[in-house]
Amino acid sequence: MIELIEISKTFPNGVQALKNVSLTIGDGEFVVIVGLSGAGKSTLLRCINRLVEPTSGKVVIDGVDVTAAGPEELRRIRTRIGMIFQDFNLVKRSLVITNVLAGRLGHTSPFRGLAGLFSREDIDVALSCLDKVDIRDKAYVRADQLSGGQQQRVGIARALAQMPSLILADEPVASLDPPTSHVVMRDLKRINEEDHITTIVNLHFIDLARQYGSRIVGLRAGELVYDGPAQDATEGTFESIYGRRIHEGDLRDVEEVGRSERGSRSSR
Amino acid sequence: MSKRWAEVNGEAGPRADAHAPARPSKARTTMAFIFVAALYVWSGIGTETRPVSLLLGIPDMANLFSRMWPPNMAYLRTMVVPLMETMQMAVLGTALGAALAVPVVLVSSRNISRYRKAYYTARAVLNLVRTLPDILLASVFAAALGFGALPGVMALAVFSFGIIAKLTSETVEAIDPGPLEALSATGSPRINVVYYGVVPQVLPQFVAYCLYVFEINVRAATVLGLVGAGGIGMWLQRDMNLMMYRNASAIILLIFAFVLVMDFISNWLRGRLV
Repeated sequence: MIELIEISKTFPNGVQALKNVSLTIGDGEFVVIVGLSGAGKSTLLRCINRLVEPTSGKVVIDGVDVTAAGPEELRRIRTRIGMIFQDFNLVKRSLVITNVLAGRLGHTSPFRGLAGLFSREDIDVALSCLDKVDIRDKAYVRADQLSGGQQQRVGIARALAQMPSLILADEPVASLDPPTSHVVMRDLKRINEEDHITTIVNLHFIDLARQYGSRIVGLRAGELVYDGPAQDATEGTFESIYGRRIHEGDLRDVEEVGRSERGSRSSR
Repeated sequence: MSKRWAEVNGEAGPRADAHAPARPSKARTTMAFIFVAALYVWSGIGTETRPVSLLLGIPDMANLFSRMWPPNMAYLRTMVVPLMETMQMAVLGTALGAALAVPVVLVSSRNISRYRKAYYTARAVLNLVRTLPDILLASVFAAALGFGALPGVMALAVFSFGIIAKLTSETVEAIDPGPLEALSATGSPRINVVYYGVVPQVLPQFVAYCLYVFEINVRAATVLGLVGAGGIGMWLQRDMNLMMYRNASAIILLIFAFVLVMDFISNWLRGRLV
């Protein structure tokens, strides 16, 4: 169970990104956090593994106070939290398998890591994680040779290699085209269901949020403004979260004109 | 991070005034011109660089060149070992400098360094090291360690260290921070975050810098002998002093060819890197 207790974050430049956000997430949930860009979604997600230090408030995971952990304990906590990024954040010049094995580094001694001496089991774990996202055949290809969708799946495999109990995904499909977005979202959903890994996904596409999320949390200007089951979230709900009318840009799948236009823009 | 850090990296304060810039007056241009001209005259007098003395020196120069010709090519057989020593100095000097640079880069790169004091200290040391000319380092090491190739190697190592560490730090500071964030998020030990996140991103440039410094070192190694720091330069110095000008000219031609070939090889290797 993950408990966020009155989390606030004010950045050194004075921007208050989060205001007293409290949230409890049960084991195995698939939670989608929605909100406009700048609403504080990324900051909230990063407060959970302390890539961003909350200014005040507490994060408690399975009874362990993450915010009070010292450096070594924090490192150990992070080994059980997988993270997926909008821009994949792969080491592009390294092999796919090396990127996935990076997920094992937290469980490996620093010296074995430096020598690249991963155990047979670690390599098997990495390969089976690649298998889970259907790109095992790319294991010995350099990461920069892959398409965006394939790179994101390597990102997922890296997170899975940690054998996490929690996955944080920060806008995982924002850099992908619509069909690929669905592949990645389906992968995340399937992993959540099959492996019972609690999953928190930041999204700004409301159709994806409704389709894949089981619970939707809405942020507006750093405040939690909605929390409820995905099936109860209507267009009106999203309009109140976003504080404006919903338009095409808030949807990943647009049937009418503009689809090809968006496709070319988002294939970066 | 802390406030001071933000200030250091931040922009300068608000601009002092919003007046339209004044057009510089003609008088200032003229003054500058006179100042620079005076500087040249002063330097010319101080160094006794007069056109006349240059003209008067032409017969002596012609005399020297005639005594250098033809180069004593047979002499080059005995120069093979000194030439190899010169190359060995450049190889070892570059390698030691590069090895020394690696740990320092971790401290002197703003995005990797964890302790600000260490960062500023490392930066200051690097700036200081790079102000020291290699020939000066060589004469100091020669005085300390005695004549021979060892002081030359040490001089080149210090010199290479300064350049490689500085260039590599700048490359490290420009890397994509995303992979580092991702590796930190996995709970990887810090040293492995650096090893897996930074090294692949900078390795090709690092090797290119080493080759580039090697080229400089090959050239430097040929003259370090002039201050007693080993290599073929010591032989050039000796032959010049003994007025064995045909030997000296052979050495000069050999150095010329050697530097050319090493430059070519190094350039070719660097071209294949990226």
